[in-house]
Amino acid sequence: MAVKKTISLMVNGKSYALDVGGKPGQVDPSQTLVRTLRETLGLTGTKVSCASGVCGVCTVIMNSKAVPACGILTIECDGSEITTIEGLRDPKTGALDPLQQAFVDYTAFQCGFCTPGILMTSKALLNENPHPTEEEVKEALSGNFCRCVSHYQVLKAVMSVAGRGR
Amino acid sequence: MGENYRYLGKSVPRRDATEVVTGTAEYLDDLKFQNLLCGKVLRSPHAHAVIRRIDKRKAEALEGVMAVVTWEDIPDWRGGTPRNVRVLDKKVRYVGDAVALVAAATAEIAEEALRLIAVDYEVLPAVFDIDSALREDAPLLYEELKSNILPGGTPIYGPKCLQGVVYGDVEKGFAEADVVTEGTFGYENIPNAAPPESVGAVAVWEPPNRATVWGTSQAPYLDKVTLFHVFNRQIEIRSIGNHVGGGFGTKIMCWQVQAYAIVLARATGRPVKVMFSKEEHLAAFTLRVSSRIHAKVGMTNQGDITAIQGTWYVDTGYYSFTTQAQVAVGSGELQIMTQCPNWDLKNTIVVTNRNASGATRGFGGLELKCSFIPLLCLAMEKAKLDPFDVLKRNFVKPGGGYYWRDGEWYTYHGVDFSKAMDKGAELFGWKDHWKGWLTPTLVNGSKRRGIGVGVHGNADVGEDTAEAYVQLGYNGTATIFLCVAEHGTGQTSNYPKMAAEVLQIPPDRITMSPADTLVTPFEFGAVGSRGTYAISSAVINAAEDAKRQLLQLAAPKLGADPKDLDTADGVVFLKGRPEKGIKWRAMGLDRTILGYGRFEPDFTMCNCIMCFVEVEVDIETGKVSLIRAVNATDVGQVIDPVGLAAQLNACWGSAGIDSGIFEESILDRRTGHILNANLIDYKWRTFAELPVTEHVALETPFPSHRFHAVGVGEITTAPGTAAVLMAVSNAIGAWLYQYPATPDRVLKALSKGAAS
Repeated sequence: MAVKKTISLMVNGKSYALDVGGKPGQVDPSQTLVRTLRETLGLTGTKVSCASGVCGVCTVIMNSKAVPACGILTIECDGSEITTIEGLRDPKTGALDPLQQAFVDYTAFQCGFCTPGILMTSKALLNENPHPTEEEVKEALSGNFCRCVSHYQVLKAVMSVAGRGR
Repeated sequence: MGENYRYLGKSVPRRDATEVVTGTAEYLDDLKFQNLLCGKVLRSPHAHAVIRRIDKRKAEALEGVMAVVTWEDIPDWRGGTPRNVRVLDKKVRYVGDAVALVAAATAEIAEEALRLIAVDYEVLPAVFDIDSALREDAPLLYEELKSNILPGGTPIYGPKCLQGVVYGDVEKGFAEADVVTEGTFGYENIPNAAPPESVGAVAVWEPPNRATVWGTSQAPYLDKVTLFHVFNRQIEIRSIGNHVGGGFGTKIMCWQVQAYAIVLARATGRPVKVMFSKEEHLAAFTLRVSSRIHAKVGMTNQGDITAIQGTWYVDTGYYSFTTQAQVAVGSGELQIMTQCPNWDLKNTIVVTNRNASGATRGFGGLELKCSFIPLLCLAMEKAKLDPFDVLKRNFVKPGGGYYWRDGEWYTYHGVDFSKAMDKGAELFGWKDHWKGWLTPTLVNGSKRRGIGVGVHGNADVGEDTAEAYVQLGYNGTATIFLCVAEHGTGQTSNYPKMAAEVLQIPPDRITMSPADTLVTPFEFGAVGSRGTYAISSAVINAAEDAKRQLLQLAAPKLGADPKDLDTADGVVFLKGRPEKGIKWRAMGLDRTILGYGRFEPDFTMCNCIMCFVEVEVDIETGKVSLIRAVNATDVGQVIDPVGLAAQLNACWGSAGIDSGIFEESILDRRTGHILNANLIDYKWRTFAELPVTEHVALETPFPSHRFHAVGVGEITTAPGTAAVLMAVSNAIGAWLYQYPATPDRVLKALSKGAAS
């Protein structure tokens, strides 16, 4: 497969054209999406933990699916629409997404390092299934590790949003 | 219930909540620096070897490489307890030991450079367990030690540092006992607390002898002190803390990664970041200590423990930073759990050729109890006693006491935890469930339910000194200067609440300084459940001092004595006559009121959690499931209800209860490699397997603290781990002694039980 010279990404509603190559500022064919987001686009809200697609800390929403950004090469994302934690707020008013507000209200975090990933997985679930059961939420979040044990508060927060408008 | 305070005990959002949920909370790896270089570590593939020769010329010649540093390039800088671990050495002592450091323009170039360094090793025989390390002909990790046994005691606990528990008359104690049991039991699975954020540091060098370091540490001020000594008291360190992505006690041991960043910044003259990969985090950063006891315990038929005698063996891996401290604290904690009059419990700390063990919540006590409780279980079984009754009976009560870490005897002045234990047992339904030893509570096909109980208390709630400043703003605001990095407990939200209670202004009018040793006074670090009593007392004292100065300044203006004045909402007024007052700004806009507060260590009180667990074991597959955990505690006064519940929920996380069920670092004892140093093979519990957790948190006012509170966060992982093994044994009707209770061990215990 011929390597394209540029790739285009839509991240948090903003479009980016990135050159492919090995120079600074370019996207190396071996670069993972999380490094492009953090290092090239400066979106450091997405954190890195295992860097092997296991722990869910770096989860972003790509084309409506929650994916680990450390497990995808950026050159595979050409033409994709990506939402990161920075894109959850209302772009016009800056108001927190109801899910973010629920995490604030329920203190659904301790150290907060896994929180952006948990929020993105939960958001992808709610986009697809606005009224999940608690079991469905647990199943969706089973790829997001939390070491402080904030699971119980996370479930309360997600379920408080899942219950709305039912 | 506790007192009705204006701010304490109320559920309010964390101060950093918006930052956390929007991704703007800055952890180390998110900070931006100009001209930042990437630092990487070349690590040893051998468990024990001497470096004959290092050829770094090819690495240095690679474009983009700014420095390659080996032991030959730096002075004899050392850390550890004793101070025998060089920052870079000509000898490597575990698979993963640092051999060389590289700073380069990018991570890729740094990694390429590591591959270009040629190292000629002379491989030495290695030791991977306590027995082989203690053999007379064992290869020595440190020639200067003459054996693989580390000297006891740690200088920070003083010259009498507790090195064992020896008092009373054990012979008399055993003579008075109705049952005596003896044996060897261990907790040797060296699990990893594994916070999600790895460890790292960024250093900036300022010639000739200053370094600023940003870290992942949960004790930024302590780092300044530690690194000052590591660099032979020749480098002045400024240490800055950030949001920390979990620590669980492990992140007070960041001196090595910080030293690497400083060495590389000094070599290049540019800022350097060293961030451990997850593999480095799991294979070259803090594990729990490996613990084993050979001991004998005597008990009466009433459940009074009359004598404890034996040796506690602690394997600390290739070096110790805090292990002697953990031995001291663990030995104290066993006395708190077991108010026995006759002791002869010594210990031996051993070094082996594997990654180092060290501080992890539970700090020695968890590991010792996981070894001791199985022995106690045998005595309780023999005497046909209910473990809840025995643990409750023997736990320290007001008027009791213990030798603590500094070797001094302390008479306990805290509350009686019996009431909390009773409430916990009631909520769990202990008395209804308990059917006797090695008896399941429920049998359903191949599923067997069993219950267990454990208890832990720690007098380190008042450990070490803390200092804080509180500055009053003329417009009814205040600033707390305190060196605490938020690592998840929410304490940086709680200190403003406590200062607010003293100053009677809303917490949102109070700002926290960054954790920066250039601007804050000394603070030991947010560890050991000391945040609530020790650290907050410094803040409270500083707020009181500022308030005293304020009232003194206002007194002449109000024509009153300072003792007749009080303040609330930015106004100083006559007590009982709030209408006769003046605003803080009347003190003048050109004045700073700065209060200073200090906390001196106080070991006369402890915290306590009793943990009840219910497990289900499938006797066909051997799988153990944690069904339910109930924690019972008394915290004096709840400061932050949601934060308290979250810390208690954490009982199974961070190498806690789950290290009794499935968490372990798998060390290949032939090669010294840790085989599961990644998050696929190092198993964590997921959302799909949540047990029920419930808590009892009483509020019986503690003396000493201004608001009568003590912290419990550090110990929440400690009581349940041994309880799980007890519960599994009861479920399957056979003793299981090894951690974790993996399916193969359960099936083995079952087949042995059936054969006997």
